[in-house]
Amino acid sequence: MSARQPIDQFAAGLPGDRRSSVLGSCQAATSKRVTALADDFPHADELRRLAARIKQHTLDHLDRYLAAATDRLEEQGVQVHFADGAGEARSTIHRILADRDARRVVKAKSMVTEEIHLNEYLIERGIECLETDLGEFIIQIDGDVPSHIIRPITHKNRREIAQSFEREGLGAYNDDPEVITRRARVHLRDHYMRSQAGITGANFVSAESGRIVLVTNEGNSRFSMAPNPLHIAVVGIEKIIPRDRDLGVFLNLLARSATGQRLTVYTEFLRGPKAPRQPSGPEEMHVVFLDNGRSRILASDCREILRCIRCGACQNVCPVYRQASGHAYRSTYGGPIGAVLSPLLAGDDFASYADLPKASSLCGACREVCPVDIPIPDMLLKLRHQAHDAGLRSPGSPPMAPFAELATRPMVWRGAMSLSRAANLLPTRMLPVPALQSWLQLRTLPRWRGGEFRQWMAQRAPS
Amino acid sequence: MNREILFQRLRQSLPAEPEPYPEYDDGLLLSRTGRPENAESAFRLQFAAINGHAFDSPLPLIALLRGTGNTRGYCDPDLFSLLGRPLADAGLDVSTTFDRSRYDDYQFGITRATGAIAETGTLVLSDEVTSDRLAALAPWVHIAVVDPATIAPSVPEAIRRFGDSVHLIWVTGPSRTADVEGILIEGVHGPGVQVAYLSSASSWTAPNLPSS
Ligand code: SF4
Repeated sequence: MSARQPIDQFAAGLPGDRRSSVLGSCQAATSKRVTALADDFPHADELRRLAARIKQHTLDHLDRYLAAATDRLEEQGVQVHFADGAGEARSTIHRILADRDARRVVKAKSMVTEEIHLNEYLIERGIECLETDLGEFIIQIDGDVPSHIIRPITHKNRREIAQSFEREGLGAYNDDPEVITRRARVHLRDHYMRSQAGITGANFVSAESGRIVLVTNEGNSRFSMAPNPLHIAVVGIEKIIPRDRDLGVFLNLLARSATGQRLTVYTEFLRGPKAPRQPSGPEEMHVVFLDNGRSRILASDCREILRCIRCGACQNVCPVYRQASGHAYRSTYGGPIGAVLSPLLAGDDFASYADLPKASSLCGACREVCPVDIPIPDMLLKLRHQAHDAGLRSPGSPPMAPFAELATRPMVWRGAMSLSRAANLLPTRMLPVPALQSWLQLRTLPRWRGGEFRQWMAQRAPS
Repeated sequence: MNREILFQRLRQSLPAEPEPYPEYDDGLLLSRTGRPENAESAFRLQFAAINGHAFDSPLPLIALLRGTGNTRGYCDPDLFSLLGRPLADAGLDVSTTFDRSRYDDYQFGITRATGAIAETGTLVLSDEVTSDRLAALAPWVHIAVVDPATIAPSVPEAIRRFGDSVHLIWVTGPSRTADVEGILIEGVHGPGVQVAYLSSASSWTAPNLPSS
């Protein structure tokens, strides 16, 4: 068995250029966020705490608000569906498409459709399902998975992207980001125009008006809904907010926390199919509300995690994420949000992700930047306890029983402290103990000074 | 899934001491540019800051379109006398119908905005007044005609003005991405150039369509 945690192992194997691109982009995003928030709002923390309370209030009354949002949507001609898990959501979406013989689908970026692995499912059933966000499109043609909530290809460089475009017949090798973007523009608009349905997520849903709010910088969600007759929005049930007015709180925070912008370029508010006299836009709209473990999380002592608005700020600031990258977390959500959400969403499969909450120094930076003030470090601790109570030991954890034995017997402790000074004379790097050597690969032992404090205390002149 | 089962499950999951709704003042949501003295000049300033071009007469717009080689486009018929005719008179190719099968031939699109937001330099478009969503999206240059009287000073005020539109969109600058190595590129799926043409609504009326 390896003496390292899976995230450490992954980080150790990460190529240098990949590590520096993840680190560099996270540093840049963190400083943009700080500037955008502090420049504009002298009391940004007050705003974060307000957002936290609004979101917590909504979650604590979710039955009421979800029912109100559903009523508003249905009044406006939207067909609303509920899905318990990923399988039910996928089959509901497939049925809507199949009933209308829609075989060409364009998709705007949505974490929840990543969570339910929608693309693969539809493609296996003969439906062309194309990602339209530039980063997600590149992920799709490469058969890769996103490594960041906001910047899905933060782990890739322009040369890799240019090679993928060349392979896919999108033009001769050219790694100029402008050329890459123009080629994607030409290629994707043809697909938009031929599509028969558009699938999006939702950033917020107002219970008061039923307005679904979608934000993108590229304009791909707008284009996914302009030329075709059918729109399906897949929405986690935690996306509700009480009133339209509250959008002022969340939109201000989301853009600044995610990309350092004051507002995301395209912010759409839709309440149903297109207006009758509008020539372009869906005539039919469906909303699929997804539970997929959320109601279980709501009943747990980690319910605050459902406040998350998926801004990615905690990923950008996390020292572990910066060194390991999002793929190290083996799940849709990486970084601090993923270390909490992935084990919780896994349900019965908790054990497979129980190591993630250990991948943190509990420095607290994630909580400081979170626009909805989620106490992530507290939750990491709760999940560590849960793993411990379930008898799950992760690799790399030193056995604590001998330490407990020492620490509870003062005589033995004193003796061990003095004796251990002999360790300074040992060539530790050469001792044939594999677990020790593996541990030392990542650390340097300081000189052992056990017992010195007691000596100092004993000799100290009384004051 | 039966919705009743879900709602029942939710009711059982709710905490014993729920968080009350926090009352708050909209003033807390105003950024440093959220209290403009003059909404129109504040809008112009913020719009320029996000690479938008604001005009109030046809000449500089014609110069921009010519200078960037975007000389063929669409104009909402209701705006023809205001902008379509001056552009056509200057030799630009202006059509008042948007033919979807030729969507890529339109290099500019002129449509009406329903309002704007001074605080952030945002244009507000709605399904009810945009003559065609595609005409505001597919061309490289989008020209939104805005009545200065409809500029909301701040984001909270723009939300109060939602009305009952079924589809509103706030556009804050040109379409953009930074997906490739964090380098900012404008014009991904939507317009690469965003123009606001400021003109009082009283001058848009009296449609004066070309005789085609
Ligand atoms: S946990 Fe907070 S900081 Fe992290 S993605 Fe969610 S909202 Fe953003």
